This record gives sequence, C-alpha cells and structure tokens, in this order.
Amino acid sequence: MLLGLILLITTLAACLLITHPPVWFPVAITGPAHAFDGQFTWTLWVTGILFIAAQLLLAGIILRRRAANSVPAPSSSGVRASLLAAAAMIAVEVALAAHGSSPLSHATAKNPEIIEVYAHQFAWNFRYPGPDGVFGRVKTEFIADAAGNPVGIDPSDSRGNDDVVVSTLRIPAGRPVRLMLHSRDVIHDFFVRELRTKQDIVPGMEIPLDVLADRPGQYEIACAELCGLAHNQMHGVLLVMPAEDYDQWKLKH
Amino acid sequence: METQTLTPRPSLFRRVFSTDHRTIARQYFFLSIFAVITGVCLSLLMRYHLVWPHEKVRWFEAIWSVRAEGGIMTEELYLSLMTLHGTIMVFFVLTLAPLNAFSNLVLPEQLGRREMAFPRLNMLSFWITLVSFLTLLASCVLDEGGPIAGWTAYPPLSAVGAVSGPGEGLGQTLWFVSIGIFCIGSLLAAMNIISTVIECRRPGMSLMQMPLTCWNWFVTSILSVLSFPVLLAAGLLILLDRLVGTSFFVPGDLLIAEQHNPHAGGSPLLWQHLFWFFGHPEVYIAILPGMGIVSHIISNFSRRAPFSYRACVWAPVAIAFLGMLVWGHHMFISGISPYSALTFSLVTMSIGAPSAVLVLNWLGTTFRAARLEFPTAMLFCLGFVSLFVTGGLTGLYLGQPEIDAYFHDTAFVVAHFHMIMGMAALFAVFAATFYWFPLMFGRMLNERLGKLHFYLTFIGAYALFLPMHFAGFAGNPRRYADFTNFDFLQAVMPLQHWITMTAFALGAVQLIFIWNLFSSIWRGAPATANPWSGSTLEWNPDGEISTLGPYSYSNSGSETN
Ligand code: HEM
Ligand SMILES: [Cu+2]
Ligand SMILES: [Cu+2]
Repeated sequence: MLLGLILLITTLAACLLITHPPVWFPVAITGPAHAFDGQFTWTLWVTGILFIAAQLLLAGIILRRRAANSVPAPSSSGVRASLLAAAAMIAVEVALAAHGSSPLSHATAKNPEIIEVYAHQFAWNFRYPGPDGVFGRVKTEFIADAAGNPVGIDPSDSRGNDDVVVSTLRIPAGRPVRLMLHSRDVIHDFFVRELRTKQDIVPGMEIPLDVLADRPGQYEIACAELCGLAHNQMHGVLLVMPAEDYDQWKLKH
Repeated sequence: METQTLTPRPSLFRRVFSTDHRTIARQYFFLSIFAVITGVCLSLLMRYHLVWPHEKVRWFEAIWSVRAEGGIMTEELYLSLMTLHGTIMVFFVLTLAPLNAFSNLVLPEQLGRREMAFPRLNMLSFWITLVSFLTLLASCVLDEGGPIAGWTAYPPLSAVGAVSGPGEGLGQTLWFVSIGIFCIGSLLAAMNIISTVIECRRPGMSLMQMPLTCWNWFVTSILSVLSFPVLLAAGLLILLDRLVGTSFFVPGDLLIAEQHNPHAGGSPLLWQHLFWFFGHPEVYIAILPGMGIVSHIISNFSRRAPFSYRACVWAPVAIAFLGMLVWGHHMFISGISPYSALTFSLVTMSIGAPSAVLVLNWLGTTFRAARLEFPTAMLFCLGFVSLFVTGGLTGLYLGQPEIDAYFHDTAFVVAHFHMIMGMAALFAVFAATFYWFPLMFGRMLNERLGKLHFYLTFIGAYALFLPMHFAGFAGNPRRYADFTNFDFLQAVMPLQHWITMTAFALGAVQLIFIWNLFSSIWRGAPATANPWSGSTLEWNPDGEISTLGPYSYSNSGSETN
C-alpha cells in the first residue's frame, strides 16, 4: 500500500529534518534559558519516540500481508488495553514533568536592579531611576512622545528629574535585573528569544520579569502579542553589557 | 434516493426554507465548502505577502483600492485577511462541516427515526448561521478595512474602536455581531442534536447501541451548549464596551494613538478567561465529531467492531470533560499566577491519556481487521490518525508552561494547530464526504480522483506544516504582516519560501476535490443502497438493532469466517 510507504518516508523525513534542521534556536543566555534547552531536548526525545512508534505501527498495519482468518480476541481485552494505554501516557507525562522545573520554583532574586519597560503602539522605552536610585512619579497626562517624555514623568516630582529614559534596554551581565512591564494602550508582549521566555504586557497591570543574563551581547526584542497594524515593526534592542561597562554607562547618564 | 417522485414537488420556497434534515445538511455542507474555499484563498494571499511583501500585484489594487494602493498589500490588510481566515476556518468550516452538516445528514438515519427532534428549529439554525456569515463578510468589505484583532479579538485592541487601528471601528463591531449571531445558531443546533439523541432513537436502541458517530455528536453538542453561551455573553459585554461606553474589558487611564481613553476599571484578562473558556472547548467541538467519524469508518473498512466500543465512547467524554477545564493554558504568559499555571498544565497534559486511548483503538481496530479495505474514505481516516498523532504530540510541548513561554505566539503554535485542526479535522470531513456522499446526493464520488487528491493532500500537509515547526524553533512570531524588521527573521526566509510554495501546491491540489465534488453531484455513478456494506442503520433503514452493538460485522457473514 502506497500510504504505508508514504508514512515510512514521512517519518524518515521528520527525523532527517531534526538532525539537519533548516533553522534552530539561538544561544541561551540565562539559567532558565539553559533549563529550557534541556527540557526541550528531553521532550523532543520522548515525543520523537512516540511519533516514530505510532507512525511505524500505522505503516506496518497498512503494509502487513494478513492471513485470511486472523480474527480472535473478545472485546474485553480492548478495555484492558485501553486502560493500559491511558496509564502509559500518564507515565510518559509524569516523566516529562518530573524532568522539567515546576512553574512554582522560580526563585526571586534578592535586591535586583529595577528597570521599567514601557510598551506602546509601536515602540519600546526603558526607564532607569538615575543617580538617586528612585523612580519619579508617572502620569498618563504627561506623556508626550514628541517632547521627549514617552513614559509621562511628572515634572512636579523632583525624584523624576534624573530619571533616564532610553530606547535601548541595557542590562549588566551576571547581575539580577527585574524588568517592570507597562503598557499604555493595548496588550503587547516582551519576547527575547535568547531568554527563552516571553511575558505579556497588560495595560493596567504591572508585571515583573526577572532576568539574570550570563552572556554579553546584543539581542532583539520582539513584540509577541498582536497589538495593531504595525505589530511586526515593534522592534527593540536588548544590550547585555559587561558589568563594568554598564556601571560606566550609568555614570555618564 | 428518489423517493420524492410520487408526491408533488414542493414549491421553491419550501425547498429553500426546508425543514428536511437532509436538505439542511446539504445547505450546511455547501456553506462550509464556500467558506473553506474563501479561507484557503485568503491564506494563499497571506502566504504570498509574507515572502514577497514588496511585490506589486495589480489586482490587489483592483480589489482593495485603499488598503492595497499601488498593488502593495498594507499591514492592516494582511491582518484583516488573517482575522477573516481564522474566523472563517474555526467557525464556518470546522464547526459547521463536521458537526452541523454531517450530524444532520446522518444522525437521524443512524438513530433509525429519520428525523430531527425539532425540524423547524433546525431550519432556523441554518438561516441564522447564514446571516452570521454574511455579517462577517460585510465586516471585511468596508472601505475602512476589516477587523485586525485576530480570531481571538483581545481587548483593549478590539474594544476601544477605531483609535486602536484601521478596521477596529465598524468592522470589528460587525465581527462581534457576526460571532454573536453564530453563537445563537450553534446553540439552537446543538440543543436539537441533544434532544434528537435523547428522544428520537428507534425504540429498542439504547445509548450504548448508538454508532460512535452519534456519541461524538452528542458529546460535542453538550460542549457547544456549555461553551457558546459564554462567548455570546462575552461578545455582548464587549459590544457594550464598544457602543455604550461600559468598561468590562478596558482598564482606565489609557492613551491610545495620542488620545486619552474614556474607559476605566475593566480587565483585559477577564476577556481572555471568558474567550478561552469557550475557545478551548471550541477546538474539541471541531475535532470530536471527526474522532467519531474516524472510529466509525475505520470499523466499517476493517470489517470489524471497534477495538473497544466502550473505550471509544468514554474517551471522547473524558476529553470533553477535561477540555472544559484547561482554558488557562492559553494564558500561561498573560500574567496569571504560577499556581493556576501549574493546575492548568496538569489538566492539559492529562488529556493525553484519553487521546492515547483513541489512537490505540484506531490502531487496534485496523490491526485486528477481518479484512482491510482502502477506499478513499478509509485513506483519509488513516491520514487523520497519522496527523492526529503528530499534532497531538506537539501539544505536549505547549502544555508545559516553561516550554510554552518560548513557543507561545510563534510559528510553532501555528504549525501545531494547523496540523491538528487545520489538517486532521479536515481529513475527517473529507472522509465523511466520501463515505456519506451516497446519502447526500445518491451518487458516488470518483474514487480515482479521490485517491489522487488524498495522496497529494497528505504529502502536502506534512510538507507544509512539519517544516513550519522549525520557524517556531527559531522564534518566528506569529501574526506578523511581514518579516522585514528583524535581523533574526532573515535566516528563516528560505524556510518561509518553502512554506509558501507548498501552500500554493496544497491549495492547487484541492481543485481536484472541488472538481470531483461538483462533477459527481451531476454525473457520478449512481449509488446502491449500501455501497460500503455498512452495518449501521443509515445504510440499512429497515435493519435490526443488533444486541451485539452497531458494528456487528463479524456476524454479517461473507467477509469473515
Ligand atoms: C492551505 C492551507 C492553509 C494555509 C497555507 C494557512 C495559512 C495560515 C497563515 C499564514 C496564518 C497566519 C499565521 C499567523 O501569523 O498567525 C494562518 C492562521 C490561522 N489559520 Fe490557517 N492556513 C491554512 C489552512 C487552515 C485551516 C484548514 C484552518 C482550520 C482550522 C486554519 C485555521 C487558522 C487559524 C485559526 C488561524 C489563526 C488566525 C489568527 O491568528 O487569528 N487554517 N493560517
Ligand atoms: Cu506590540
Ligand atoms: Cu486550548
């Protein structure tokens, strides 16, 4: 049967695709990102084996030359085998979950450096507290993109005078950073592939995202939640700097 | 099937506004055929634009003078096509064809009473659904453009009106109205199916003697009745936000396109909970009837009762039940608490168990077949099993919050749901079309064309959607109108070209099916009463109800010994 052959070829092609992928993941630059790669590989093995087994079985049944009268088996064995299949699947999933890290286990860093992320249609801004280490008050009514106040710092709050607002996100390598995510209009999403994570930015909420990057470099920030017509242009830059360079940069601003 | 010849032909009005369940089945069927053709054409336009965003196409401008000025598709036009594609496919193809069209055609026959519980309600459901479809199309021919918020229509984008983007004015309002109407139509249809199963079985047929198709339509309809009202309510609330100025879903203090927004106090996440409380059951509404169809047809062409009839009944029930409890897996990265994430993850993964039971049963039935036959309908069922396994396994990635954080809203998700909803569910519809075509039109579809179409579609499905997972590995975001603004996406472009090429090939192959369909309606070989030697009542209207259950092939003599 042609279908059996096609199934064999498809399974083979899938395996070849995995061993010779046209594109693959970028580098991982945080602990959770390395953990992701481990868990992904594990999941790939588990599902890969199930995939190959099921497709080959199906192909085998189709290709098999059957004897004319192979009709035994009462249906009660069907129930037992079904229960067995369910149990086996649960076991596979337990094996998957046991290897991964629990969503509850995210250790929160002590004394992280806090940086605010402001998303809007269709750009990113980032605010640092400046030399005083304190963020000034922000209000929507003060937002003026053209006048250079895209996050709406309240001019009457002196703590805000030294705040630094930039369009490139700079963070130090090797130091814990907490990004506080804000949106002024619709839902956006902060996605950096090298962090292997993304976080929705929901207007009206302030959502933290902890990052501890171990590798300096320049990475791209993409918006990953449909936010309007130029969603695909919402490009940002994450610069992970060696800690000394980062301190230098902060002094200059 | 020419039983009408003795009675006078009913008036045209009676034939159009018919209460006959087979006529209504055909109406649903043709509506979804029209919808799927539209949807595929839209997807090809999208695929073209994704890889040749700067190419001028004269006739784009002829259709969309404003939104494709100079023949170049704008981003908002792309997003409106995407929204229309997703909406059409989910609602008007995958809900109507497997559930409404085929249950109308087959269910009353299989139950042996040959009519639905509420014929006039049935007619009403169809016409309501048609109004919904026309409303949806209307939303997209407006000069200001169609809605761009995707089939999930997340607020605030979808709730604040035209400030948030072109097409978000009247276009998005019409979209919500259309979906609201659709909910009503589907609800009525589902209540009808439930009543029919409970009340209209031939005396002597117990629930456990129903064919598996009936079980799956029954369970699916219960899911419909539980989930569509939630979407209807959510849609009404968001319409109030849009039109009356309430704030269910829009928080205060927003500045959208330099304008202060008057709303205050709503929650965008509330919409996501309500939407996915409907949305996840909806994907099972799309696939459960397919599971029933596949169990049924595989049994027929294996000349064998299902591996375990009881397992094939209870597994879909379990899937439906668990499916009501997993909506949060669409919100792992929306800012929900890690405790909810863990719970939703565990329940999601547990759906793998009943799914594995079904796969085992399909393999078991064919493995123990008295004799395997391979008409086109059977090929599509076996193709379904293969695609269902592939698409189901990628669900094990997305069910883990840690892994989903990377894959959410990337091409990986697009590949996953096209594999299982786009392809597997559609394979079940193809199988059903080939199998019950005699019941629908009294003729047979052409088997040679059918097989050619099957093989090319099966190869095409894998050639298109398997590589697409890799774009997801590279982190390619979904719902991007083009890939020109990111450096890392340039490396994915050769793969994107491949996907577009295979998409066009796969689209072209469907012409074989369309040709087969329409030529067979007029000129197909006349069908005999029971062309597949089936054991169920739709093929044996006067048949006995066997105590051995609906699939008593081993009894029927000649095939087995
Ligand atoms: C020739 C076959 C098809 C092709 C080439 C195709 C292509 C596409 C593309 C390019 C997208 C946009 C992906 C993104 O960026 O998010 C999309 C979205 C989608 N497609 Fe298809 N598609 C096909 C068939 C189907 C079928 C049969 C279904 C039925 C379930 C379907 C359901 C969807 C849905 C639900 C979306 C999501 C829309 C949204 O994001 O709002 N597609 N498709
Ligand atoms: Cu955005
Ligand atoms: Cu879901």
